[in-house]
Amino acid sequence: MKNISFGQYYPADSFVHNLDPRVKILLMTAFIISIFFIKSFFGYVIIAAFILLCVIFSKVPFGSVLRSVKGILFLVLFTMILNLFFVREGNVILDWKIIKITDYGVLFTAKMALRLVLLVMGTSLLTLTTTPMSLTDGLESLMKPLKLIRFPVHDVALIMSMALRLIPSLMDEAQKIMNAQKARAASFDSGNVFQRAKAMLPVLIPLFISSFRRADELALALDARCYNATPNRTKMKKLKAGWRDVVATFVTAGFITVIMLDTFLWMGVF
Amino acid sequence: MEVLRLENVSFDYRQIEGEPLHAVKEVSLSVRKGEFLVLAGANGSGKSTLAKMMNGLILPTRGKVYVYGTDTADKTKTFDIRRRVGMVFQNPDNQMIATIVEDDIAFGPENLGVPREEIIRRVDWALKAVGMEARRKDTPFKMSGGQKQRIAIAGILAIRPDILILDEATSMLDPKGRREVTEVITRLNKEEGITVIHITHHMDEAVGADRIAVMHEGRIVMQGTPAEVFASPLLTTEYRLALPVASEIAAGLKKEGFDMPEVLTPAQLTEAICRLL
Repeated sequence: MKNISFGQYYPADSFVHNLDPRVKILLMTAFIISIFFIKSFFGYVIIAAFILLCVIFSKVPFGSVLRSVKGILFLVLFTMILNLFFVREGNVILDWKIIKITDYGVLFTAKMALRLVLLVMGTSLLTLTTTPMSLTDGLESLMKPLKLIRFPVHDVALIMSMALRLIPSLMDEAQKIMNAQKARAASFDSGNVFQRAKAMLPVLIPLFISSFRRADELALALDARCYNATPNRTKMKKLKAGWRDVVATFVTAGFITVIMLDTFLWMGVF
Repeated sequence: MEVLRLENVSFDYRQIEGEPLHAVKEVSLSVRKGEFLVLAGANGSGKSTLAKMMNGLILPTRGKVYVYGTDTADKTKTFDIRRRVGMVFQNPDNQMIATIVEDDIAFGPENLGVPREEIIRRVDWALKAVGMEARRKDTPFKMSGGQKQRIAIAGILAIRPDILILDEATSMLDPKGRREVTEVITRLNKEEGITVIHITHHMDEAVGADRIAVMHEGRIVMQGTPAEVFASPLLTTEYRLALPVASEIAAGLKKEGFDMPEVLTPAQLTEAICRLL
């Protein structure tokens, strides 16, 4: 548990890993938006090719990317079934009692499933190749313009990074409390779901109390480190965009252009 | 030169029921520049509360605290005082702000708006001062308690304080970790000239101090050099503190009728025993 690479992060030294987190976040946003513009299967082939390219250049094993899809498998199946049975347009290809499936419905369902799967694969690639810390750094830098409307950008970024930083400590603590309870004959893995949930209560309450104590001490530590001493705080590490980011931007822009051309100009000719 | 002065300082904790708890009662104390002061006392003697008043984290209920002549109650000077008086706390895990050592150390100077090049210089210096240069890019989670606490000290050093307060910073550490931290603060005091106020109930960490102030039930009841304080019979009985092992053995031998001088360190004890043989 004592590991900063909690969450999804897959440590490696690759082209995608070394991209500026800001660029990665922006490109990912563009990617998500472009997925919603796709109308034809050709467009999906293009975006799948793009994701494949990203996976290859990120050195992340394909299995890890697919594993993230597993989490939404239920959602995908659910939307597929709903769409399959409730889309009424098009020619009926199956009509049995109340079930009516149309050819348009089948195509629509397939596209919807592809959209969800590719969306999750793409976004998980972001969290797989970026540490939570650099993600918050990137977000802080991107949110900078919000300072103009007095939005506390730095505070929000600090809250996010501290929340992330406390996860391993709290997991550790939960383990300790569970061990202490086990030593007093508590049982966490017997009984049905409700009994097990109830058994967790004596763990959650001390954990809750101690996280308040922790927060209090952290607040003192922040004070001792002169937090908020000046609005003109500086940063030791500067995010720097390099040649990689330029290349990545052009490649992504290229793919998005093809998708837009396909949707608006060729109208699904391919 | 006097860097810190407490004048008749009291602090009451409000309680939900009944009378307020008088944690610190009319304490007066003066600390000189470059001094190594140990503030000792059993649990609940008020030493931690006193420490938190020394850099304005809490303000005294009655009395005044002056840091380099500035009243800590002056709200406009809060950050001047915190920059001058650095404080390290008990639990190293609750003092880490970032997940990478160098980012954590840079947090203080970043808050003060120190220029980038200067921050890097300070991080280098602070890591060297606590002997952790090699762990710069590491994550503190995998380190021992002593190492984590040294990182916490480095994080405070990076704001370049004149006074370093360790608020029971060794009480959660194993003996090895305690020794590491004590060595680091002793070196900082001797070589960098930083005034150190070390709050502890481990008297073996007080052996090298210039002065020990003993707290009991919210008051400073005894002050003096380690030799003077350890010689008092009240220390172990009334004030519930344990002597350093070497002093304890010497005291035991003295009781048995052996001719023993005042002993603070194991080396002195060895010497004294050898002379008897």
